[in-house]
Amino acid sequence: MKTEALTPSPTGAPETKTRRLTTGPSRRAKLVLYGLLCVLAVPFVFPTWWMVTSSLKSANEIFAFPPSILPVDPSLSAYGRVFEFAPFAAQYWNSMYIAAIVTVGTLAVSSLAGYAFARIRFPGHNLLFLVVLVGLLIPSEVTIVPLFQMFNGLGLVDTHWPLILVPVFGAPSVLATLIMRQFFIALPAEVEEAGRMDGLGRLGLYWRIALPLSRPALGAVAIFSFLHSWNLYLEPVVFLSTPEKFTLPQALTQFTDAYGGPMWDVQLSAATMSALPVLIVFVLAQRQFVEGLAHTGLKG
Amino acid sequence: MTLLRNDTAAPGREQSRPGRRPAWWSARRRDRLAGYLFIAPQLVGMILFVLLPLGLMFWYSFHDWNVLAGGFTFSGTENYERLAQDPALPGVLGATAAFSVGLVALNLSLALVLAILLNQKLRGTIVFRTIFFSPVAVTLVAWTIVWRFLLQDDGGINGLLSTLGVEGPNWLRGETTAMIAVVVVQVLKNVGLNMVLFLAALQGVPKELYEASTIDGANAWIRFRRITMPMISPTILLTSIITVVGSLQVFAQIDVLTSGGPGTSTTVLVYYLYQNAFQFHDFGYGAALSVLLFAIVLVLTVIQWQMRRKWVVHED
Repeated sequence: MKTEALTPSPTGAPETKTRRLTTGPSRRAKLVLYGLLCVLAVPFVFPTWWMVTSSLKSANEIFAFPPSILPVDPSLSAYGRVFEFAPFAAQYWNSMYIAAIVTVGTLAVSSLAGYAFARIRFPGHNLLFLVVLVGLLIPSEVTIVPLFQMFNGLGLVDTHWPLILVPVFGAPSVLATLIMRQFFIALPAEVEEAGRMDGLGRLGLYWRIALPLSRPALGAVAIFSFLHSWNLYLEPVVFLSTPEKFTLPQALTQFTDAYGGPMWDVQLSAATMSALPVLIVFVLAQRQFVEGLAHTGLKG
Repeated sequence: MTLLRNDTAAPGREQSRPGRRPAWWSARRRDRLAGYLFIAPQLVGMILFVLLPLGLMFWYSFHDWNVLAGGFTFSGTENYERLAQDPALPGVLGATAAFSVGLVALNLSLALVLAILLNQKLRGTIVFRTIFFSPVAVTLVAWTIVWRFLLQDDGGINGLLSTLGVEGPNWLRGETTAMIAVVVVQVLKNVGLNMVLFLAALQGVPKELYEASTIDGANAWIRFRRITMPMISPTILLTSIITVVGSLQVFAQIDVLTSGGPGTSTTVLVYYLYQNAFQFHDFGYGAALSVLLFAIVLVLTVIQWQMRRKWVVHED
């Protein structure tokens, strides 16, 4: 959405009362609003700013008081040490490829199921939809003990399989299926008519017509599932024990010195490397990012 | 709310065309088969990774199963009796309640305030929207590690306070301040999600409603209470359900910031369950704690779902 297109506020008065109503808040109200927004923005921006700048500082300067806004003597040396202390490149790759598979897998599973629940009428579809909805009530934290035992029985502990299979097929994909279903329900039935005339079967209608029209919903699902996988912490901690197999969130907590205290400069460099690429992609693509989330039937 | 409406938009319109294919292979049957095949991956996944573990959880909870001591023996309701007598459990449930209530209240109210601010006719709201949403895109553990540093005794927050002449507490070492810290850090991380959903809902409220009510002499507060709140109530219900369930899942933040401490003041139920099952290797008791967690999620969701009849306005 463009800022110009923002609808007037609920607190903005109507045109009949005063002049400022047509032009938005008065000048003084604007100043107050901007001031408020700036103050509120500090705790959202400062931690990220501090993480990035501190990763370029020496260990001493990180603790300097008063803290320097910009590094006095910026250096990438802590970044180099990240790779000395841990198999960080492998850990980075693990997080990347797992998140990629989870994202693509969730898109496939949830768009197929969402399409069927929205547009195909088959016996028992209401009951089966309820069965799927139950997943919303059972986050994987609840079932982590039996999940661990199941994967242990299959010899898949300390592999990446649980981190891929559970998000793609288990409870986390249920929200994705809901989003897709809501989107397909809102899609006018007429759009499929042309496809029917051309003799497309269900798979053809789904692949050629419904999917290309559902980019906003697919975008939202992709973002959700990527971030979910990227941030996953309990599952890696429970399932993985070999450092080479760790994912980033787990790896970030491992940078400690011989006494168990955190090595701040190294840890912050690793944290920056894990967070910055995703953050940059977000800022560049933020319109699609935010609107994809907002306009997907999650509005209720 | 439309999300859970039990209908399908497009009934199978394909009629069977007699004479072209065997009767059993009609278009309608083919369509049904497609329906089952389309939902198969999700359904099989639900059975394997949600329902089966759920059943196993109940099964395990009636067994004495300590991996270190070995053995898996039926023990009846022993784990549940232990649950009732566990001296640590009241504290754990108290911490869970404090965290969830604090998180949900702060998250929803801040999200609504931010959404209302961003819904004003102002230039540059898109910049602020990006700022408030940006922590959602920051790796959770990275965000938490930064805050752990900022909240240290000699960290950034107390440095800031000392320039104002205030001596800040050692946030993560005091029972109350640690809980406040965990809640606030988590709210700042994720409030942008609810904010965006509220913003979309606010922009969907028809302007005419405000105009009409103002002609009737309603002031800003009455307009907010009587128009805005009812119109966005479906979104409030949805976000509150998601936020409540999410608050009961918090683990990484607790592990990184406080490890459940000081004492057990920030040991929420998920963390306690993790400790019992995966640190003390007591899977039977861990399963009983899982049942408790499941019951809490279930009860809270049902309560919220019932409450919707009272205050959620249905548009359809």
